[in-house]
Amino acid sequence: MGMTMTQKILADHAGLDQVVPGQLIKAKLDMVLGNDITAPVAVKEFRKIGINNVFDINKIAIVPDHFTPNKDIKSAEQAKLIKEFAREMGIVNYFEVGRVGVEHALLPEKGLVVPGDVVIGADSHTCTYGALGAFSTGIGSTDMAAGMATGEAWFKIPEAIKFVLRGKPGKWVSGKDVILHIIGLIGVDGALYKSMEFVGDGLHNLSMDDRFSMANMAIEAGAKNGIFEVDDKTLEYVREHSTKEYKVYKADSDAVYVKTYEIDLSELKPTVAFPHLPENTRTIDKVGNVKIDQVIIGSCTNGRIEDMRVAAEILKGRKVHEDVRCIVIPATQKIWKQSMEEGLFDIFVDAGAAVSTPTCGPCLGGHMGILAKGERAVATTNRNFVGRMGDPESEVYLASPAIAAASAVAGRIASPEEI
Amino acid sequence: MKAQGKAIKYGDNVDTDVIIPARYLNTSDPAELASHCMEDLDKEFLKKVDKGDIMVGGKNFGCGSSREHAPIAIKASGISCVIAETFARIFFRNSINIGLPIIECLEASKDISDGDNVEIDFETGIIINKTKGKTYTGVPFPQFMQEIISADGLISYIKKQF
Ligand code: SF4
Repeated sequence: MGMTMTQKILADHAGLDQVVPGQLIKAKLDMVLGNDITAPVAVKEFRKIGINNVFDINKIAIVPDHFTPNKDIKSAEQAKLIKEFAREMGIVNYFEVGRVGVEHALLPEKGLVVPGDVVIGADSHTCTYGALGAFSTGIGSTDMAAGMATGEAWFKIPEAIKFVLRGKPGKWVSGKDVILHIIGLIGVDGALYKSMEFVGDGLHNLSMDDRFSMANMAIEAGAKNGIFEVDDKTLEYVREHSTKEYKVYKADSDAVYVKTYEIDLSELKPTVAFPHLPENTRTIDKVGNVKIDQVIIGSCTNGRIEDMRVAAEILKGRKVHEDVRCIVIPATQKIWKQSMEEGLFDIFVDAGAAVSTPTCGPCLGGHMGILAKGERAVATTNRNFVGRMGDPESEVYLASPAIAAASAVAGRIASPEEI
Repeated sequence: MKAQGKAIKYGDNVDTDVIIPARYLNTSDPAELASHCMEDLDKEFLKKVDKGDIMVGGKNFGCGSSREHAPIAIKASGISCVIAETFARIFFRNSINIGLPIIECLEASKDISDGDNVEIDFETGIIINKTKGKTYTGVPFPQFMQEIISADGLISYIKKQF
């Protein structure tokens, strides 16, 4: 029986020629990730095992990005605990504030994940690296602890859904709109336990930043992982960022998919997910008049350089609406510096937006832009659950950086064409 | 192993942000986490819950973040088992790894009402609704996961390897 991309990667990492859906395997890990929320729990669990070494000091990444720069004393204690652990174990990929970035933007940028890798991260959006043709998935802290100790994790071989992308998206349609459209189509559990595999000649029209933002949200459809077929753009990205050895896996021609969707990118419109689920999508022409109080442009979904550029293109020479707080958060130091050098910060600041140091911050309701009761935000983040960005009675609308920037100017959810 | 208690029922897509909001994640202390469990969805939860009670959800229970704090908070609040139509996969893994019994059963998830007295046998997957006098059959864990559970979680299971 033919295998999907995901099945092939997992089979190889389990030392097997063939795997079938539902089969339980143990796979070798190329990278194990944790952050300042999940790693402290993992460290406590790791200590219980009673060993003094991690499996490989180069294959673990500890990224304090959520509540950093530490927002309060308790957060500082958690960050300290994982820093000390990283130092004690000699973990190479520990990133202190000033070098840190939002984990899922940081790891690819640092070349720590390449095509064909198997990656687990104690963070649900670890699925982001599927953009590189890697198998990567979110797990919990205990799995992280076990992974750090053994270099292995157990997996159930997933079935897969295939998304064949064709055509070229319109001017204001980005990877974010494509994935929001897909989640609207299949629902927040539409890919539960399954892989989402993205193929087709439309891939050429999606940049790596687009693909990262799409793979990032595979979890919002309940998927185990999202993965893109590797092409020239992937390999160019890998050459620019990494010296690690990589391996390209293609699905067999007779691979079995439980479902196949054909999506014509040229037909898609900018899409917004209404509260309180990412599946509550509406195209921009159907949003109506939704007044807003805050705009967040950042996160592991859309805090990359192209996102900064699109936002700046729209904010250039315009002003953020007087009733709106617009907060821009480049996801890594490198993106931050690049934005500064390209003059994007002048545009943001002149427009009346605030620019933050890299952090998850408001994305998870941590800090740097929490919503009060009844307030509404347009955010380029990935979740709009009840209370996600603050008070349980606040609201988050998920959108692309283009829609977010245009909304900041309009004071309501708006398309760049309306301003 | 069995669990028995009254059912506390919620709907579909109960996400980890309502199980334990991120604003409380600057700690990993189970008791402290439990003191905020479910508060954004159900302010009365902590008053309602008695040790041994059973949480019942619909589809995609535990969707969202990978925070293990979510099953930890539920377990520390006294809940002895969660029944749902389906679980989000990271929540599923995490629950097994930390030793919170969970079981998938469409019929039980639909039929059990808030307050029903429910008994679950984990080995067989049989769920008895004593209030309604009904029996449902859930999906018992595969052998491999039973081993992890009987080893009292993944860490003790791993410990044997060293
Ligand atoms: S930016 Fe948001 S979604 Fe991404 S890792 Fe941080 S908290 Fe999670």
